[in-house]
Amino acid sequence: MSDVPTDLRYADSHEWVNVEGDTATIGISDHAQEELTELVFIELPEVGSQLTAGDPCAVVESVKTASDIYAPVSGQVLEINDALDTEPGTVNEDPYGDGWFFKVRLSNPDEINDLLSDEEYAEQVNT
Amino acid sequence: MDEENTNLKRTALFDAHTALGARMVGFGGWEMPVLYSGIAPEHQAVRQAAGLFDISHMGEFQFDGPGALPFLNQLLTNDLSRLDPGQGQYSLLCQDNGGVIDDLYAYRLSQDGYLLIVNASRIEVDWMWIKAQRNTRHKALQLEMTNRSGALSAMALQGPSAAGIIAGEFPAAVELKKNRIAALDFGGATAWVSRTGYTGEDGFELVVPNEHAAALWDRLLSLGQALGLVPAGLGARDTLRTEAGYSLYGHELTSETTPIEAGLGWAVALDKPDFIGREMLAAQKQDGVSRRCIGFRMTGKSAPPRERYTIFAADGTGREIGEVTSGTQSPSLGCGIGLGYIETAHAKPDTGIEIEIRNRRFPAQVVRRPIYRKPD
Repeated sequence: MSDVPTDLRYADSHEWVNVEGDTATIGISDHAQEELTELVFIELPEVGSQLTAGDPCAVVESVKTASDIYAPVSGQVLEINDALDTEPGTVNEDPYGDGWFFKVRLSNPDEINDLLSDEEYAEQVNT
Repeated sequence: MDEENTNLKRTALFDAHTALGARMVGFGGWEMPVLYSGIAPEHQAVRQAAGLFDISHMGEFQFDGPGALPFLNQLLTNDLSRLDPGQGQYSLLCQDNGGVIDDLYAYRLSQDGYLLIVNASRIEVDWMWIKAQRNTRHKALQLEMTNRSGALSAMALQGPSAAGIIAGEFPAAVELKKNRIAALDFGGATAWVSRTGYTGEDGFELVVPNEHAAALWDRLLSLGQALGLVPAGLGARDTLRTEAGYSLYGHELTSETTPIEAGLGWAVALDKPDFIGREMLAAQKQDGVSRRCIGFRMTGKSAPPRERYTIFAADGTGREIGEVTSGTQSPSLGCGIGLGYIETAHAKPDTGIEIEIRNRRFPAQVVRRPIYRKPD
């Protein structure tokens, strides 16, 4: 059973979103990091770039493969987690904490309603 | 390498893998463990202690009779007549045009008995080809040939501790020199134990009847428990062989590539009178080839290189000169490494090249194989 914190929203492509006012912090779920296995490289979007919900915006690489990460919401990138550049394994160890990916200013806060609740996401990954 | 998990075959060790918590994937038509604890820790265990791999998906063909040697020597690129009983060699099965059908290990088990160990994904193709050769050009030869792939299991025990581990069950195996094979007893069954592998480490491959596979697997794991032995999956097998610079069928070797282009000329015995593909391979050896298989490593910070990424010249022209055929993050070196085909003019070790990763080019360098060498 992978960990699905109750205070987050989820995309069915396995990203989590933590909304605080008009800002959202985004990362990948415990289930996603488990499926991807040990990450060795992470490519994040540039600060200032504009993301559109559903579009690929980052790449994570395990020893074996490269996988796209999709923007769960639209908005401008405010900050990225630079520490992942040298320590990509942090995502495996702490996917909901130090392993966060980036923060965006939401351009369409209504999109949050399209995301899955923790219960819906838990049902998707733990059944 | 992942395939849909439908109609996949399972090895005799499937239940053992499940019990060990393996993650299973499709590979070459088989449901195989890709990892247990993780690719990097399994990789490191093989470099520092030992790992045990299920390689039961690989195929075994047996040939017996006075016609076996002339028949096989006509099909294979290496010279089987150089082998004494108990010796083996790496060899290739080629088409008339030199394109590779498969790469394999050939063992001489007895005076007139031979064993070929072939790739899982090529068992059917190889066997059809071998049967067709037998039924057309070699009808008169006296030989029995059997595809024993379905009845036999195989495992690879690899790493610096492998000899210390195998000694507990097969003391005679420790005496085997590289590429030697012996038929040893395991619980009343014959185990073919050879000193070879696909990791760049010392090690052994063991072939036993399916019904003895689980007992042998458990026995080796328990013998190795105190010596750092871990079960290792196809993920680590791939990073280890890439570091060692070994070719993998479907990547460095295909029907569109020849052993000479692949840098395997040492396994092509042009001095034997005739074999399938000889004319083309002799011409390539004499005239040279326009592209060659090389090893490379990334020299700056970048994502790992992957199969099918494009290789560019770093000589100022920015010209496309080749393609990556295998790529990964090297757990031993901590950087991206790979194998690929490039124009011969750029194939010298230390030549700077560039790998295109998601529309950006990153610096890399051609290196000698093995890409990773153990410090002495």
